[in-house]
Amino acid sequence: MKSDTIAAIATPMTNSGIGIIRISGNQSLDIIEKIFKPKRKKNIKEVATYTAHYGHVYDHDKMLDECVVLVMKGPHSYTTEDIVEINCHGGIIVMKKVLEAVIKAGARPAEPGEFTKRAFLNGRIDLSKAEAVMDLIHSRNEFALDSSLKQLDGALGEIIKNLRKQIIHSVAFIESALDDPEHYSVDGFSDGLEIQIKDITKELKYFLDSADNGRILKEGIQTVIVGKPNAGKSSVLNVLLGEERAIVTDIAGTTRDTLEESIQINGIPLNIIDTAGIRKTEDFVEKIGVDKAKELLVKADLVLYVVDTSIPLTEEDEEIIQLIQGKQVIALLNKADLESVVKEDYLKEKGLEHIVIISAKENQGMEELYEKINQLFFHGKVSFNDEIYITNIRHKNAVSNALDSLNLVLKSIENQMPEDFFSIDLMDAYEQLGYITGESVGEDLVNEIFAEFCMGK
Amino acid sequence: MKKLEEKYDIVVVGAGHAGCEAALASARMGFQTICFTVSMDSIALMPCNPNIGGSSKGHLVREIDALGGEMGKNIDKTYLQSKMLNKSKGPAVHSLRAQADKKMYSISMTQIMGNTPNLTVRQGEVTDLLVEDGKIQGVKTYSGAVYYAKAVILTTGTYLKARCIYGNVSNYTGPNGLQAANYLTDSLKSHGISMRRFKTGTPARIDKNTIDFSKMSEQFGDEKIVPFSFTNREEDIKRDQISCWLTYTTEETHKIIHDNIHRSPLFSGAIEGTGPRYCPSIEDKIVKFPDKDRHQVFIEPEGEYTNEMYVGGMSSSLPEDVQYAMYHSVPGLENVKIVRNAYAIEYDCIDATQLKPSLEFKEIEGLFSGGQFNGSSGYEEAAAQGLMAGINASRKLQGKEAIVLDRSQAYIGVLIDDLVTKETSEPYRMMTSRAEYRLLLRQDNADLRLTKIGYEAGLIDKERYENLLLKEKQIEEEIKRVEELIVGASKNVQNLLESLGSSTLKSAATMAELIRRPELNYMVLAPIDDERPKLDIQVQEQVNINIKYEGYIKRQLSQVKQFKKMEKRRIPENIDYEDVGSLRIEAKQKLSKIRPSSIGQASRISGVSPADISVLLIYLEQMHHRR
Repeated sequence: MKSDTIAAIATPMTNSGIGIIRISGNQSLDIIEKIFKPKRKKNIKEVATYTAHYGHVYDHDKMLDECVVLVMKGPHSYTTEDIVEINCHGGIIVMKKVLEAVIKAGARPAEPGEFTKRAFLNGRIDLSKAEAVMDLIHSRNEFALDSSLKQLDGALGEIIKNLRKQIIHSVAFIESALDDPEHYSVDGFSDGLEIQIKDITKELKYFLDSADNGRILKEGIQTVIVGKPNAGKSSVLNVLLGEERAIVTDIAGTTRDTLEESIQINGIPLNIIDTAGIRKTEDFVEKIGVDKAKELLVKADLVLYVVDTSIPLTEEDEEIIQLIQGKQVIALLNKADLESVVKEDYLKEKGLEHIVIISAKENQGMEELYEKINQLFFHGKVSFNDEIYITNIRHKNAVSNALDSLNLVLKSIENQMPEDFFSIDLMDAYEQLGYITGESVGEDLVNEIFAEFCMGK
Repeated sequence: MKKLEEKYDIVVVGAGHAGCEAALASARMGFQTICFTVSMDSIALMPCNPNIGGSSKGHLVREIDALGGEMGKNIDKTYLQSKMLNKSKGPAVHSLRAQADKKMYSISMTQIMGNTPNLTVRQGEVTDLLVEDGKIQGVKTYSGAVYYAKAVILTTGTYLKARCIYGNVSNYTGPNGLQAANYLTDSLKSHGISMRRFKTGTPARIDKNTIDFSKMSEQFGDEKIVPFSFTNREEDIKRDQISCWLTYTTEETHKIIHDNIHRSPLFSGAIEGTGPRYCPSIEDKIVKFPDKDRHQVFIEPEGEYTNEMYVGGMSSSLPEDVQYAMYHSVPGLENVKIVRNAYAIEYDCIDATQLKPSLEFKEIEGLFSGGQFNGSSGYEEAAAQGLMAGINASRKLQGKEAIVLDRSQAYIGVLIDDLVTKETSEPYRMMTSRAEYRLLLRQDNADLRLTKIGYEAGLIDKERYENLLLKEKQIEEEIKRVEELIVGASKNVQNLLESLGSSTLKSAATMAELIRRPELNYMVLAPIDDERPKLDIQVQEQVNINIKYEGYIKRQLSQVKQFKKMEKRRIPENIDYEDVGSLRIEAKQKLSKIRPSSIGQASRISGVSPADISVLLIYLEQMHHRR
């Protein structure tokens, strides 16, 4: 694989102070020589690695910007290839122009994630680090960012490696005992193994729980507000948006008629899914139809069901209650400022266990709602400031498969199977965990990862 | 001067366990074969332990038998005692081991060789390989005689430049004082084959009449004899068995060894060859396990017509006087007379990564090799390779594709794949832990796994093949029947369950569900199964295992599926690893040297990391797209 030279803007496309254009590949130095004129006359190709050089960047004769050029030569660079970074003044237009000049000089635009991919391919980083970098690029909120940084340190990799070590140690012992029964005895071994496996499964279970949180951390909690017309959905939405908690982004969603509003409540990101139509007509069920509602509900992590307590429940309410069965639902008994005719007990009977009484109009009961959201998604006890989360679906699957295999080992121990049977499932668990650290490689895995790398945003 | 010249299809160099299987296979596949031995009296010699089989080695013997080899039949004829090892463990690690009458084993094999059509056995030392344009032409012997052949199989065992050592005494002889082969190594080197030096060792043989057996515990054979060969039944081979004896080393033994360790040629550096970690000498064991205050010592008969007894577990290369002292410190051996000294033996062999998985040399067409010459240890490992080399040399002359067993098919597949892929730095011994898919590679189903392949090769006759098909059908039908058979909670049933210590039925269950209960099996449930057809015990066993361990078998099968995916990704023979930019240098070197045939094989090379494999996969993907 003759690797060509790639380039991309490495900083966010905003009008911020400094913008970086990164170039990686064996032509990086040739390219920078063509477009960069250092202030002090020197040959940029011959400078020492890890040095900075002040000068100007040109597109042919046209000076584009003043800049500082960083040279990092392979193999001691992120990708193990020669890397050059051009630090120029920020500003979308300037950065684009500099990138164009770099491309004219022989580079090609990098695919999303391609620097990381090269780092991985060149053996520079293990998979869990590579994926953490990808997550970092994709991360949209501060907690996800923090968790990505921790994984990058290889903290996840370290823990998983340690678990794998414990597993392989047990396998090795069983195998030694089978081949050399004179010197290694497995008598009583399964008791110790049972304790060990239970410890490991506990840790993996914790990871798995965090994986659900992890997904939420990365993407925000998908939240859908439902309720019959005039129940007060838009008032609730407005109260949520109107809080002094920062509105992070306004992103047009994937479907043309939905709008996602990202907000944070006590640091928990919520993506509140709304439709363009709802706010006009406030007629969720009728306007976009039951199908659309179902589609949104499938994706929802959280449903806020707004009930107008000033009037009796209608057929529409019954229909909604049917639709939200099995979801995480907080029923908001709205219009607490008026006399209530809806019985809380009736809703509880229908399976709605989380009920908060509010008045959107009077801005009452919102604190209780936030507290409820906290409880629901973090069991009220998970603190995510200094923990490691699994933020990647592939990792989650691997952990979940490993857990299944270890449970089979426990079952074998319980059934008093001979020790040689344990190895089958122990090895499966070992392999699965290896997929996280990149120590096991199946071709499926490689395909999957590069599919993700190339998808980008 | 006129020299003898003869033409054969295939030449086999050496008539040990590998050479015999190789020669028999090629002769039986219809090729004119000549097999050379340094002495007509050393055919199928067992110069070390007096037994065949044992943990994982027993599997190899049954696989050899299923493919149409001779070892299983020969040991069935000449065993003194038979035992199924590891019976308290799962069926995957049950292993058959038989004590052999060494002399009879050798005589019986000599007879088989002599009576096989197309096969000539010839005493003589092969000194030169004849190679032209990278193709084998034949061999030359010490007398100058030339034997032309289309394929040559090297199975020289421990004879190449052999040297036997104990203490400061060393002799340039092969095992048991037999003549070493001192010339062939140079010829091999001149043809570009790189050689290495390994060592192994054997304990003393002692005089039975000087042993005090009252201080030892007697080790009996099994009452129920399982033959090695699938063609034999218990009643065909049943005999009065001869016991082995168990005793232990003492603190004094360990002290004697410690005090004299400096006189061991292994520790003084007089031996340069690398020895097997898994078949350690008593001095190795004492150094490696300092906490063990005693080690097992098995006293095993060498044959029915000799007083020699083998001191299993105490191989050594210490000087004669130390050997005497240490054996005398073992209970029961206080007054023992040594008949033959323990000794270590050094010999030339190859790094088998020079071979293809078919056991043909990558650089010399038509040259094959097997056995200890390939860096393995053990009679069974040797025989397995010899058989495959014989089959594949013949297949080559037939213009057919080589038969390569993979790791999910047979221990033989694991053995050969390890040898040709991993650079082993010590004599390679088969172990159950080396087989990833052990539960599928049981000794009890070797026939079901491999008889068809033996038939396809032409080493299994039609009758045996048809019996196999019938067995398969019976197993399949019976599994289906018991899976569908509903057992009601009748009085009979409850009584039987109670008597077997199993909980009684609350509602009806299938027979298969009952079989799966840990405390039950297929056989004990016969009294409540009126419709059960009369089936051979081997068939019953398969039905039982397949039902009882169904879940594990299924999971292992899905591991195999994963494994096969990587094996199926072939790497083109002409790949230039220098062109694969992102590979690490070490990986490039290893891959260029071993030239794996699949991604799966590549992933097993030490020094090739998972990241390298990903790079390789991507490179192949790109090559594929470019085309």
